[in-house]
Amino acid sequence: MNRLPKSLFIGGFITAAMVCTAILSRFWTPADPTGMNILQRLKPPGPAGLLGTDQIGRDVLSIIMSGAWTSLGIAVVATVIGGAIGIGIGVMAAAKGGSVERLVMALNGVLFAFPPILSAILLGALLGPGGLTSMVAIGVFMIPVFARVSRAAAIQIWARDYVKAARMAGKNDVLITLEHIFPNISAQIIVQLAIQTGLAILSEAGLSFLGMGVSPPTPSWGRMLAESQTYLASAPHLVLAPGLAIAIAVLGLNLLGDGLRDLTDPRRRQNT
Amino acid sequence: MMLDVKDLRVAFRRENQPATEVVHGLSFSVKRGETLGIVGESGSGKSVVSLATIGLLPGTAQATGQILFNGQDILTLPEPDLCTLRGDKIGMIFQEPMTALNPAMRVGAQIAEGLILKKGFSKKAARAEALRLLNMVQIPRAAERIDSFPHEMSGGQRQRVGIAIALALQPDLLIADEPTTALDVTVQAEILNILDDLITELGISLVLISHDLGVIARITDRTLVMYRGAEMEQGPTEDILRRPGHAYTRKLLAAMPSRVRASLEVGP
Amino acid sequence: MTRLLTLFRGLLVTAAVLLAASLVIFLLIDAAPGDPAEIMLGTSAQADTLAALRHELGLDLPLFSRYLSWLGGVFVGDFGQSYTYGVAVGELIGDRLTVTLPLTVMATALAVAVSLPLGVVAAARPGRAEDNLASLFAQIGIAVPNFWIGLLLIVTFSLNLKWFPPGGFPGWEAGFNAALGSLILPSIALALPQAAVLTRVTRAAVIEVTNEDFVRTARAKGLTKRRALWRHTVPNALLPVVTMLGLQIPFLISGAVLVENVFNLPGIGSLAYQALSQRDLIVVQNVVLLFVAIVLVVNAGTDALYARLDPRLRARK
Repeated sequence: MNRLPKSLFIGGFITAAMVCTAILSRFWTPADPTGMNILQRLKPPGPAGLLGTDQIGRDVLSIIMSGAWTSLGIAVVATVIGGAIGIGIGVMAAAKGGSVERLVMALNGVLFAFPPILSAILLGALLGPGGLTSMVAIGVFMIPVFARVSRAAAIQIWARDYVKAARMAGKNDVLITLEHIFPNISAQIIVQLAIQTGLAILSEAGLSFLGMGVSPPTPSWGRMLAESQTYLASAPHLVLAPGLAIAIAVLGLNLLGDGLRDLTDPRRRQNT
Repeated sequence: MMLDVKDLRVAFRRENQPATEVVHGLSFSVKRGETLGIVGESGSGKSVVSLATIGLLPGTAQATGQILFNGQDILTLPEPDLCTLRGDKIGMIFQEPMTALNPAMRVGAQIAEGLILKKGFSKKAARAEALRLLNMVQIPRAAERIDSFPHEMSGGQRQRVGIAIALALQPDLLIADEPTTALDVTVQAEILNILDDLITELGISLVLISHDLGVIARITDRTLVMYRGAEMEQGPTEDILRRPGHAYTRKLLAAMPSRVRASLEVGP
Repeated sequence: MTRLLTLFRGLLVTAAVLLAASLVIFLLIDAAPGDPAEIMLGTSAQADTLAALRHELGLDLPLFSRYLSWLGGVFVGDFGQSYTYGVAVGELIGDRLTVTLPLTVMATALAVAVSLPLGVVAAARPGRAEDNLASLFAQIGIAVPNFWIGLLLIVTFSLNLKWFPPGGFPGWEAGFNAALGSLILPSIALALPQAAVLTRVTRAAVIEVTNEDFVRTARAKGLTKRRALWRHTVPNALLPVVTMLGLQIPFLISGAVLVENVFNLPGIGSLAYQALSQRDLIVVQNVVLLFVAIVLVVNAGTDALYARLDPRLRARK
């Protein structure tokens, strides 16, 4: 057990904690995250609430917990869908090569120029803000990321002798992809999935901060930070909680990804 | 005795495993102006011996015994003193000319670097000396090539640059670790000849390491045969070739192409 | 000769991709709700006045010709007229650039100044305290949202310590120091994630190069570890770092949008965002195109730079 990387444990623990919190929030939170209580507004952490209350008296801890569901939900959906498409075209590019590959690379080039915030601005013009806009904007940027990673990984597998032999023996490209390529690139893909989900959470927070994410009353960490801006001087505790939540969530996923990478990297050399 | 190695043992530490010894109690010496050849197949530990002699063993290595260079023990010298010795007194040529040179630095600059940093040469003087060295190792059109990048040169030329770099500070001892192994056969002879001429002319002692007995036979005075980290036999090269005392040496000889063997007039 | 051809082909591909992106941008904006004429004149304007304005702006032309006229305009520097600001979009962008450009340059310079030595030192002593500290810095820097750091910086340095203004930009006319002063905290917030990523990349690159043979040759010449590191290892490790810098541009742009928002800076990032909320779609359209163009040009540039330096390093086959 002590052969497993530390980062895997810490990252796994944090991520698991976040997932559990998110799921738990659907059933229970210390107080109603949307429950206003003007008399109790802007109270620091203490008797009013474990993390204090916000400008209209809502319990910060409850909003944080519910916000986990929002962040995680959007991040996971965007990553999975964008990732699936990206992996699909990346693997296809590696298998087919030639003009198909060039087309995919060109497509990647276009998509890479549209980081989530930019896409969200464009989509926001078209669709208006909201969870869907966020998901699409974030997901669209996932496509070139995963396409690039999976193509690079797949190309290395295609170069292996036994795969070349299978192809020369006349085996169908699709079958080779399913039987040889996917299993061998899965480790790298999983690592990227973890890391990109973390980045998706960051993107979602940024979009919500600008008001282009989910609308109230759906709780969101990014929007909490935006709302806390007015009270920077009077209630600094409102800035800390959501920011820490975001940072910890992303850190957990990054560490998980790093840990998985250390675990599966054949070279296993982080420190020479 | 310029170089006196006494009971050298080198072991490599590994994660969660006991250290593996790769050199088992080696002893040999090299006189001033003498050429010693160390021959053995891969895994014999000969490269480790060369790195130990210049004090460049990796951090995972543990070495015991003594490597006395002009009386100083390389194994116990502090790093700053080793840095002073390296280049100045002990020079080294490596196996892979492709990768042994800095790809982003011009060839002349790489030769001149030691002169500028360690001998206080001016840039101009160092460059002039680098040019002289390039001519000495017989690089054609040296005045142009001095500003070339390594990837613009052939393997043989790169190795010659390597020799020039090693000789720039006029060391007393030169260690050549498989200097010809990565080169084409025709180039090998040229490099060996250059090496031979230079050490004779400059009076430099040479430790030549190779897996190829033919290479060893050409220019060494004495030979040490290694197998799996231990000494099989050592003695004057001619004796080793003509009257091999050890079964392993005989195997090595037998493995040489017969024509080469004949040209060297070696033993049974 | 082939190098020129490759360069040319790269330029062609970039132009093609840019064209494709411009089409995407145009179509999305065109499909978006919002009548430019109404926005300019107000919803209570007369129907025929609106129609006249629409005709004047060329909004009643078919889709493709509108697209082409926009592109044609972009080529000569005419980006159209803002619906809400009443000035030429080009002028608007130009004004805002005087804030965003210094901001991003400062942030990048800061990120490199921090990450390069940190990454090199961490790589030189792997597993030791310096390395662990650098890795900690990198992990945290990548995980924290830059706009949150901005807020924290404001709370600490503006509100509590009163060293810097809490936001806003006095304009370059107010004096170099005043203007620069208002860009310092935003630069730090913008620089942090970049520095974190670059530290990791630098460290990895230096570690990889340290194992190369030529570093050993340098040591055999008598160079100390430190000299070998800075004179041989680091210059050869810079290439992946520079490449990464190029790849970071999209994130730099996104970051600028967020940071300018937090610090109330009148830059291009906040322009894009404000224009969106005001439905000033022509501004949005051009600014997004500008961003995309920057990303593509920088990427093409880094690719070209890599290709130029790479054959040098391709000495090993």
